[in-house]
Formats: sequence, C-alpha cells, structure tokens
Amino acid sequence: MVLFSRLASVSRSAPGPAAAVFLAFAALMPAQAAEGIATFADRSRIVAIGGSITEIVYALGEQDRLVARDSTSRYPQAAVELPDVGYMRQLSPEGVLSVNPSGILALHGSGPKEAVDVLKKSSIPFIEVPERYDNQGILEKIQIVGKALGVGAKADALAAEIDAKLKAAEKQTASIKERRRILFVLSMQGGRLLSAGSDTAADGIIKLSGGINAIDGFAGYKQLSDEAVITARPDVILMMNNAGPATADDELFSNPAVASTPAGAARKLIRMDGGYLLGFGPRTADAIHDLAVLLYGGQVTD
Amino acid sequence: MADHSIAGAAGIMATAAEGDRSRRARLVVVLLCVGLTIAVLLSLTSGASDASAIGVMHDWLFGALPGDAALSARDRLIIHDIRLPRIIMGVLIGASLAVSGAVMQGLFRNPLADPGLIGVSAGSSLGAVAVIVLGSTMLAPLTTALGTLALPLAAFCGGLATTLLLYQVATRQGQTSVATMLLAGIALAALAMALTGILIFMADDRQLRDLTFWQLGSLGGATWQKIGSVGPVIVLALAAMPFLARGLNALALGEATAGHLGIPVQRLKYTAIVGVSAAVGASVAVSGGIGFVGIVVPHLLRLLIGPDNRYLLPASALLGAALLLLADAVARTIVAPAELPIGIVTAVAGAPFFLWILLRKRGVIDL
Repeated sequence: MVLFSRLASVSRSAPGPAAAVFLAFAALMPAQAAEGIATFADRSRIVAIGGSITEIVYALGEQDRLVARDSTSRYPQAAVELPDVGYMRQLSPEGVLSVNPSGILALHGSGPKEAVDVLKKSSIPFIEVPERYDNQGILEKIQIVGKALGVGAKADALAAEIDAKLKAAEKQTASIKERRRILFVLSMQGGRLLSAGSDTAADGIIKLSGGINAIDGFAGYKQLSDEAVITARPDVILMMNNAGPATADDELFSNPAVASTPAGAARKLIRMDGGYLLGFGPRTADAIHDLAVLLYGGQVTD
Repeated sequence: MADHSIAGAAGIMATAAEGDRSRRARLVVVLLCVGLTIAVLLSLTSGASDASAIGVMHDWLFGALPGDAALSARDRLIIHDIRLPRIIMGVLIGASLAVSGAVMQGLFRNPLADPGLIGVSAGSSLGAVAVIVLGSTMLAPLTTALGTLALPLAAFCGGLATTLLLYQVATRQGQTSVATMLLAGIALAALAMALTGILIFMADDRQLRDLTFWQLGSLGGATWQKIGSVGPVIVLALAAMPFLARGLNALALGEATAGHLGIPVQRLKYTAIVGVSAAVGASVAVSGGIGFVGIVVPHLLRLLIGPDNRYLLPASALLGAALLLLADAVARTIVAPAELPIGIVTAVAGAPFFLWILLRKRGVIDL
C-alpha cells in the first residue's frame, strides 16, 4: 500500500513523459493496409516467401517466374540458387524490393508487420497464403498460388493429384487398430525436450500418418518436464534431422525419463527432413506415407 | 560564486592539461559533426537495392535530374519510406544510447555503468515481450487499438515504470542513495526478467522467434509513424542532457563535495535518471536491444578528450549516432537481400575493439 501511494506521488510529480507519449502513440494509428488481389497483373518476377509456397511454384512448373525466395525455402535444390531475402518473419523491405519483384507471394505469418506495410505501400501486389495443418490447407495453398500466377487450370490438376495422393496416404493406415503414440521433439537442451503440442505442423502430420500425438495438454512447442515425458508414454520419438545441432541418439536415450518410456526401451527414434515432414506442401503426401511405413511397417496397406 | 567553484572542480580533474584538452575536445566535436554527416550520406546511398538516393534528393530539391525522368516510384519509396526514417531513427537511438551511457557512468562514478543498472532495459523487455506473447490474447484490445505502436508503447512504459519504482525504493527523505539504487536495480531487473521468463515459457514457437529477433535489435522497424511518436521523447531527453554536464563533473569529486560546490545533487540525480530512462526506454522500444554503444562510445571518447562531461556528452551523442548508422549500413548490406540484426553487428565489432583498447591502455584506465 505504501508502495502504491509512493508510486502515485511519482506520477503526480512527473506525469509528463508517459502521458504525452501515450497521446502521441494514440494519435498516430496505423493506416489500414490494402487487401491483396487474387491474380498478379504482371507474373514475370515473383518473390516466394515460405518453404511450401516455393515448393508449390516449382510443382506447378512456374519456377521461371521466381526471382527470390526466403530462407525457409530449401527445396527443390534449384530454389537454393535463388537470392535469399531472409527469414520469412524477419523480412527487410528494401531487400525484397531490391530484386524488383512484380508480385509477392507470402505464407501467412510473414513479417514483421512494418515490413509488410511498406511492401504493400510499394504498390507491388502482395498475396498472403493462409496455412492450415491438414489436407484442405494444402489444397487451398495450391489453388491460391496457382490463381495468383494465372495458372488456375494447372493448379486444379495439381490439387486433384495431391488430393488423391493425400487420401491414399491416409487410407493406408485406416485399418490399423493399435495406434502408435508419437512424441515430436524439436530440440533437446540441457536434458529438456522441446516438444510439439496441438496446433502445430508436427501434430498435423502425426495425425495424418495414423499416429497419436503423445502430448495433448498444450498448444505449440513447449519444454517438457521429465514427468510429462513419462506420462506421455511415447512408443516412438520423432525428430528433424536438419535443424540446428543434431542431438545424438545416445544423448536422447540416456535421458532417464526418455529411457523409461516404451520408445526409450525399444530405442525407437525416427528422423526426417524438417521441410519435408512439416512443410504442408506438395510433398506432404509422400511424407505421410514415409512416416506411416516407418511407424507401422508391413501393416501399411499400399 | 557557484559557477566559479564548478569551473574549479573541472579544473582539478583536468589538471594542468585543461587548456590543451578543451581545445582538443572542441576539435574532436567538430570532426565528429563532419563524421556524422558523412555517415548519414553513406547510409542514404547504400542499401540492398540500387535505388539512387542522389536522383531522389535532386528531384525533391530541384526537380528531376535531366535524363532521369523515369525516376521510379520504387526508388522514391525506398529512400523516403525505408532509408530516411531508418537514418533518423539510427541517429536518435545511437545518440541516446551513447549519451545515456556517459551520464550513467558519471552518475554512478563507475566506468562500467550502463542504463541497464536503473532497470530500464529489463523493464522495456518485459513490456515488449508481454505484447509479443499476449498480444493476441490478454492484451488484444491494446494491440488492435494501437497496431504496430503497441509494442514500442509497452516497452517504453515498462522501462519508465521500472525506473520510477527503483527511484522510489532508493529514495529516503528526499535523498537518493546510489548504492541502494545499484542493489535494488539488480533485484528489480531479476524480477522483471523472471516475469519475462514466465511469458517466454508461455510463448509458442513463432513468438519465440519474434522474441529472439527483437532481443538482437534492429532498426528495421523504423517508420515515420514511430519517429513521430518516439522521436520527440528522445529529442527532449537528449536536449536535457547537456545541462547535467557541470553537475556530473562536480559529482566526480564525491556527492558531499558536489553539494558543497553548490550543485543541487538530488535534482541532478532525478533529472539524469528520468532522462536516461526516457531516452533508453524509447530507443529500446523501437529498436530492441542494441548493446555496446552505451559503454564503448563514452570510453573511447574519454581516452581521446578526457572526462570533462561538457565535451564528453555532445561528443558521445555524435559518435554514438555515427557508429550506429555505420553498423546499420553493414547490417543492411552484408547479407543482402536479407538483413542481419544490428545488435550482432555492434557486438561483433564493439566487443573486440573494446577489449583491444583495454589491453592497449592497461594501467591508464582505472577500473
């Protein structure tokens, strides 16, 4: 109480700066950004931001239109040759403008907002592609990208093809009764596992592959306590094999909590390429199939 | 009477070299003005794109250059909406970080002091992290009402609130104890960091990446809008700093002596703390954490022109601004078309340089 009255006296004696700034901030509200259009008028110089967006452009055979990509676009190999405008959530507006794009295709979540605002102001058409971690999300991405590039028919064909593959991949595990519990581990730091809860790409791919996410208590990626690892009872641990310094198998399984789980006892660890596994793009049907085979082996019906 | 005594105090510190040093200091200040001008021009003309700054400038001032009629809207946008606000922000932030460092070192009479000691950095971080993590849930009304200004506003208020709280804790019967402030500052910073830690624990992977990038610092978010809102705070705080110079000079002799010399010590402390908190809070709000400017710049200048704050403060402002602009120019171009966080550039360039100075001048700098 004493503290509060003291604080109040401070604000009485020096009310100036904070209040003035608040007013200044409030007076300068951001202008509403213009909405993107559906098809680029000039489709000759496109910047693709987001790994799955770049993959879709290549899958559509429209890669000649690309002039730059972001740092998450690492597939196919040819895309790596394109100029890199940086991490998709940390774009530099001048960097993007420096490649003279005629259109920008950006996955949802690209930013920061200040950079996107400047890009929209540049009158270069900016199309944002939504992201959802399920089959429909992938098809939607393909259609939006196709339409933006003016190849709607090609996109419909690709979407139909991918749809068939996705459905087939899901059907492969439909008859399996005993579902495996999978713990996705993003990284291991100081003996603690950073793992995927709901509303993550990892959660999406686990479900599509006929598995059960061993974590259901939280959304996003969080560090797990040892007890949480034990109660999760994973049958299999899933990791990416290209993100950051790789955690050695021995390091993972020597963790007492991990060792006590079914996955630890059987030393079941699956490693897959991060972009392939979590991209939710044209290769996802293959990723689902591969993961399902690794999980269930012969039980997968082809 | 008081004026005479203060001049005497400055004289004691500068010893016999007074005349020589102040001439040298004036020369350095003039040279730094020239240096800052060069840094501004260099920043304006360098970047990821080939936009012609000269063409755009000429167009503003005298109309389009002959043969340059097709000056593109893109070039105008790049110069006017990307490079110019960034340069202005860089000058303001570089100046405020360096001057704040110098003032803190004078106030705490410790060459390692920086604005972090009065909790402003930890408080600003807490405000910023709160907006990044809770922006879409608990603080949604704030972020929808203020848009991209919510984060700088929260960071600024967080920094100022922490400092004012610290000031209250360290002040008894109208006297602020610098020692209490130092210790309470550690406690408050730890508390703010713990709260930040809770928020980081709640963050999802995207927010975590945003946090990491924010903590590395960048001038990339500079917009006219932010200059309009944060700029006046920084300019006001900077404008107040030169008035502290004489007081800080006297304070070097000890608080009691400064008091006997006629310096209103308590008012000096309050002005210095609130000014630094406002300047640094506003800077951190826009750019995130940019390290080393506040420590390296005043040190470098003390070696060059001595400890007289009448010259040290303006020279720090000029050198801080110029160095930050150059660091930003490197950050913008070295991995183009992508961009490096500026905090990495200042630390990579600043830390070894600082170490080198310490080694070369070992024995000269009395820590």
